[in-house]
Amino acid sequence: MRFCREVSSSCETRGLTVDIDRDLLLLMLRRMWMIRNFELKVMEVHSAGEFTGAAHPYIGEEAVAVGACAALEDTDYIAGNHRSHGHPIAKGGRVDKAMAELYGRVDGYCKGKGGSMHLADYSIGILGESGILGSSVPVAVGAALAAHIKGENFVSLAFFGDGASNQGALHESMNLASVWNLPMIFLCENNQYAVTTSYAETVAVEHVSDRASAYNMPGILVDGQDVIAMYEATAEAVKRARSGQGPTLIEGLTYRYEEHSLGLGRVRRGEYRTEEEIESWRKRDPLTILEGTLISQGMATREECDAINAETVDEVEKATEFARNSPFPKPEELFDDMWANPIPFP
Amino acid sequence: MAQTVFVEAINQAISEEMARDENVFIMGEDIRRAVYGATQDLLNDYGEKRVLDTPLSENGFFGAAIGASLVGMRPIVETLTSFMWVGMDQLISQAAKMRYMFGGQATLPVVFRATMFYGGGAAAHHSDRSYPMFMNMPGIKIVVPSNPADMKGLLKAAVRDDDPTIVFEDGTLFGMRGDVPDNADLPQGELVVPFGEAKIVREGTDVTVVGIGGAVNIAAAVADQLATEGISVEVIDPRTLVPFDKKTVLDSVEKTGRLVIADPAHKVCSAASEIASIVAEEGFWSLQAPIQKVASEQVHIPFSPALEKLVYPDFAKITAGVKRTLES
Ligand SMILES: Cc1ncc(C[n+]2csc(CCOP(=O)(O)OP(=O)(O)O)c2C)c(N)n1
Ligand SMILES: [Mg+2]
Repeated sequence: MRFCREVSSSCETRGLTVDIDRDLLLLMLRRMWMIRNFELKVMEVHSAGEFTGAAHPYIGEEAVAVGACAALEDTDYIAGNHRSHGHPIAKGGRVDKAMAELYGRVDGYCKGKGGSMHLADYSIGILGESGILGSSVPVAVGAALAAHIKGENFVSLAFFGDGASNQGALHESMNLASVWNLPMIFLCENNQYAVTTSYAETVAVEHVSDRASAYNMPGILVDGQDVIAMYEATAEAVKRARSGQGPTLIEGLTYRYEEHSLGLGRVRRGEYRTEEEIESWRKRDPLTILEGTLISQGMATREECDAINAETVDEVEKATEFARNSPFPKPEELFDDMWANPIPFP
Repeated sequence: MAQTVFVEAINQAISEEMARDENVFIMGEDIRRAVYGATQDLLNDYGEKRVLDTPLSENGFFGAAIGASLVGMRPIVETLTSFMWVGMDQLISQAAKMRYMFGGQATLPVVFRATMFYGGGAAAHHSDRSYPMFMNMPGIKIVVPSNPADMKGLLKAAVRDDDPTIVFEDGTLFGMRGDVPDNADLPQGELVVPFGEAKIVREGTDVTVVGIGGAVNIAAAVADQLATEGISVEVIDPRTLVPFDKKTVLDSVEKTGRLVIADPAHKVCSAASEIASIVAEEGFWSLQAPIQKVASEQVHIPFSPALEKLVYPDFAKITAGVKRTLES
């Protein structure tokens, strides 16, 4: 039986091999802090009972979505999964509308109909987060198909977990995207567990990215704690996609610090992973790594990094107030948005 | 009699069946660590070969369970209703159809335990009450327990039944306590509830209410309340929808002349629709008022608690349904 992947060293910084604009690096730092602070707030208010239902914290994995989405334009599409808050924030979504959605309020992204697992913002290409594993991936392939048919330049990216990489839908999608040569990026967030099950016990290959060879596309294994590496790999895949070279599978190797879902009280962490393992990954915190790089490269000061963190804390605080003050949907809204061309209800 | 929680009753049934017959095994996602509670201690008691954690591949492992059943095993699969969509091809194209298509050669003693977690802010992707869709498809037996004792006894019957069965476990009842008889107190030494035998939960003379799954208990509470207002409600729990015990329902309607059906599924082509049509066809002359279906609104399950609570049949809606039958 194989266990969790080894991690190399603690808190490393890196030299910049590619030319990334400082503004983009700071934007990535901001979005990563935004996700971190959003999730911390969500955990606080969820445990205080301010809203109910499942919520899957993205803490520890921020660099994956932020690096990937930084390589995309607003006109590109993404689709995601149940661990859903990081993806829209990474793509530039609004935290106030996201928080209001978690609270089930009318000002939420989906007017309170979707909740935590189903955020979407069609105005910036977020086609929606799916609670059913693997289910949104073929849909994202459809967006790439449209780009292909219309000869347009947008790309489509689907986020999915190591666990969902075992769904037939993933494999069918990779084959489709490959044979049709679609501008598609399959982005596996390998946090190494599906609830309590280690991916080493359920994935037949060593790395999820190894699966790409079966579909004749590049499979890239990336350090998912390193946002710059995630950005570089995705930017390369986007370039391939936009220039008609077809799909890429990227695997960001990462780690979930918190338990699978808020409110899933039965799962005790010691039962399936050790404190040492969690600690070893916390030492490679994606925020620490990016800030280390920025400071050591003279691109930002400690104070500037701290200010960005503090600004996002504020913004999340305001978003939470916004959510709290937003009204619940009215009873008659139950029937809204069922149909594009409404028909009588039976 | 021991007070037993619904989810423990599931666990007892599985464990007893695994102890009784070594061909019984169980598979599902994260069942070794019993994420949903029902598979507690099974790994310890029956070992890795008979307690399988699967990859997240419902179509694949549903099919593997079906295949194992064809050659003599008695698999139990743990899943949620909402994940069954992913395994639908295997459930329909294989489990439901093989025996008939192959002229009776195939026997499929496979059980799918499908939990319905609705009513708790799980939103559209995790709140399905999908039994009516399977009722429409010949070839699958359908079980809808409403209390811990029936849960246990029906699940044990499902494991022993030679046909594919889906046990729709109502997640709103997972924490429900109820009396489950001790095996030592039972003449047969164990609790097995046969399929196709409805249970009269409350006897009454004015109106018949048929409840499905969790709605049975709400209907019983309505009956208790209306009894104080001088309205006598008979509550029937069909316990299995396929096979369906028509006789108990028709006999009751013959007595009361009025029928309400409380069904947490969407109202169109629901279990309620089917029961209403049976009574309209076969019990029409007993009816003194139009049949009332009290089922879920024909919309998806909204996340917001402000909206979700409006969707399902509840105490007020069932009460109103009963009163409508008494207006005419
Ligand atoms: C089709 C389907 N099966 C099972 C589930 C239940 N479930 C929700 S999340 C999860 C684990 C997912 O693991 P992974 O894909 O690695 O994503 P992670 O949670 O680690 O981000 C499971 C089993 C589901 N939502 N959909
Ligand atoms: Mg995972």
